Amino acid sequence: MSLRVLVAKVGLDGHDRGIKVVARLLRDAGMEVVYTGLFQTPESVASAAIQEDVDVVGLSMLSGAHMTLAPLVVQALRSRGSDIPVVLGGIVPPRDIEELRSLGVAAVFGPGSGADEIVATITGIVSLPS
Amino acid sequence: MTEESAQERWRRLYDAARVRPGEFATMSGIPLAPVYGTDDVEYPGVYPYTRGVHASMYRTKLWTMRMFAGFGTATDTNERFQEIIRSGGTGLSTAFDMPTLLGLDSDDAMAIGEVGRCGVAIDTLADVRDLFAGIDLANITTSMTINSPAAVMLAMFVAQAEESGVDRALLGGTLQNDILKEYQAQKEFVFPPRQSMRLVRDTLTFTAAEMPKWNSISVSGYHIREAGSTAAEELAFTLANGFAYVELAAQGGLSVDEVAPRLSFFFNAHIDFFEEIAKYRAARRIWAKWMKDHYGARDERSWQLRFHTQTAGVSLTAQQPEINIARTAIEALAGVLGGTQSLHTNSMDEALALPSEKAARIALRTQQIIAHETNVTNVADPLGGSWFVEALTDEMEREAEALFADISKMGEGSMLEGCVRGIEENWFQGRIADSAYELERSFNSGDRIVVGVNGFLEGNDDDELATLRITNEDERKQLARLEQVRHDRDDKQVHQALDRLRQEAQDPDINLMPALIDAAKTYATVGEMMSTLADVFGRYVEVPSL
Repeated sequence: MSLRVLVAKVGLDGHDRGIKVVARLLRDAGMEVVYTGLFQTPESVASAAIQEDVDVVGLSMLSGAHMTLAPLVVQALRSRGSDIPVVLGGIVPPRDIEELRSLGVAAVFGPGSGADEIVATITGIVSLPS
Repeated sequence: MTEESAQERWRRLYDAARVRPGEFATMSGIPLAPVYGTDDVEYPGVYPYTRGVHASMYRTKLWTMRMFAGFGTATDTNERFQEIIRSGGTGLSTAFDMPTLLGLDSDDAMAIGEVGRCGVAIDTLADVRDLFAGIDLANITTSMTINSPAAVMLAMFVAQAEESGVDRALLGGTLQNDILKEYQAQKEFVFPPRQSMRLVRDTLTFTAAEMPKWNSISVSGYHIREAGSTAAEELAFTLANGFAYVELAAQGGLSVDEVAPRLSFFFNAHIDFFEEIAKYRAARRIWAKWMKDHYGARDERSWQLRFHTQTAGVSLTAQQPEINIARTAIEALAGVLGGTQSLHTNSMDEALALPSEKAARIALRTQQIIAHETNVTNVADPLGGSWFVEALTDEMEREAEALFADISKMGEGSMLEGCVRGIEENWFQGRIADSAYELERSFNSGDRIVVGVNGFLEGNDDDELATLRITNEDERKQLARLEQVRHDRDDKQVHQALDRLRQEAQDPDINLMPALIDAAKTYATVGEMMSTLADVFGRYVEVPSL
């Protein structure tokens, strides 16, 4: 069965080039991709992820709000009793990665990440025993 | 009597122009003509302006080195503005934060984590006052990069100027105010497209009547390209949007010659050097032809496409960030050789964070090297007449015309209707996403090399660059300030002003600018004015598509 991914834009950041391109690349790799559109809240993403029964949530953030918003998405999922992993891509300075990991973000893809790397990492995360 | 040739006309205009004193020669002393060409070709300053809008180009006036800046509170950004002016910047361009761009107050629940992060946070007139404190607005022109709440920000700017004793008629500057590309590419929209266009119409007619020095729209291809379009799509969609605004102004009773001279343009300078230069040349030619032939403009200023350029943010890499200085220099040179009127150069650290002061200074220095060391400013359109550049210019024009035909067909002959329908039917958005995907695939397959990303990786693990940190402290400061303003103002006046705004918004024949200016003077917030309008106009929700 193919992997199901919810790709999401949380908050006010309207940059949607990256998320659309990555969504298509994930589809090319055989994954099923759900996109709920711009201006979502952490709660709406968590609800959609659970409802759509996805294997992973992918966030795209280019506005600098990732340190606030990405952990809120993780919390929103956990508070609903879900252990769906959350990954993040966008403009994320390397110095933020460790803290994001400690706050429950499973992987961070900085600018320039290739399709193969993203697909392999997501596949690896999902196949881990939880 | 024979008609004056382009060359003769250029000569007459050049002789009448004021040029800077001194010799125009190469470094080694070879004298240089102001432009090169035979007697049967196009010339700068002469219709259709392919080779430049001015006969003497940079011999008379260098481009404006307009650096885009904004972060934190208004006071933080004011300090950066002062630094830009001290470093020799000649224009300012204000970047607003996401909540402001979306018409939300800093204390809105959706604003969490975003206040002052991507730009400056502006909630009320008090912030606008701090933003421009100590800056001589008569001599430094200001550009405000804002779209959905553009009318609100213009109202605040006018209110602030009048409070400090400056007549609105004397204010010079530019409002981006290009709402069509928000739906197509940048995605910072609030109201549905047709309701937003009413606000744009109000700013067009208001500035035409009361602010003769103001550029009412900066029609922007930059964001279309950043969102992933090709160069030809950037060119065509931008100019089509420009045509749409001319048609919109006509609906508001303005003639083409009343509106076209106040439109300016804003293009991307991407890394494909010659394609970009051809794009700027084609843009000028197309605009001139359409204004003259299609819209019947008689004023030469209506035919002249003036534009701002910004180097391509998407071309920057997080890997080996220092090499972005080289990319930006090449892109900036394309803008200059393409005849830009103003230029912003990106900083090397922008794939990582907002620019640090040092990185921003290096970016400005890059422009100063082009302006003062390379000698490229001596000759107008130096690449004109190159078989390659002329052919590429013609090809850009052909591709753009084919796209205009598609848009016009969607609008049954109206570019205004075609642009709005193209948005409503997801046509622009789909094309841009398709082009972005095709480009990305060519990187992933290795067909295209990006240094530091899929080639030449040695050095990628070097020490991290010191980047600007925006702390949550700025968010706290701004929230405290907003609370204070709300406490100090007269709420009764605010409510009266907002009630009037709501009432007038219901009548599409009323220009909303006077009501917005009066509301700004009561310290009504951006969020209050925008949500009052949303009560009447509704809010736009984009149908998600991949």
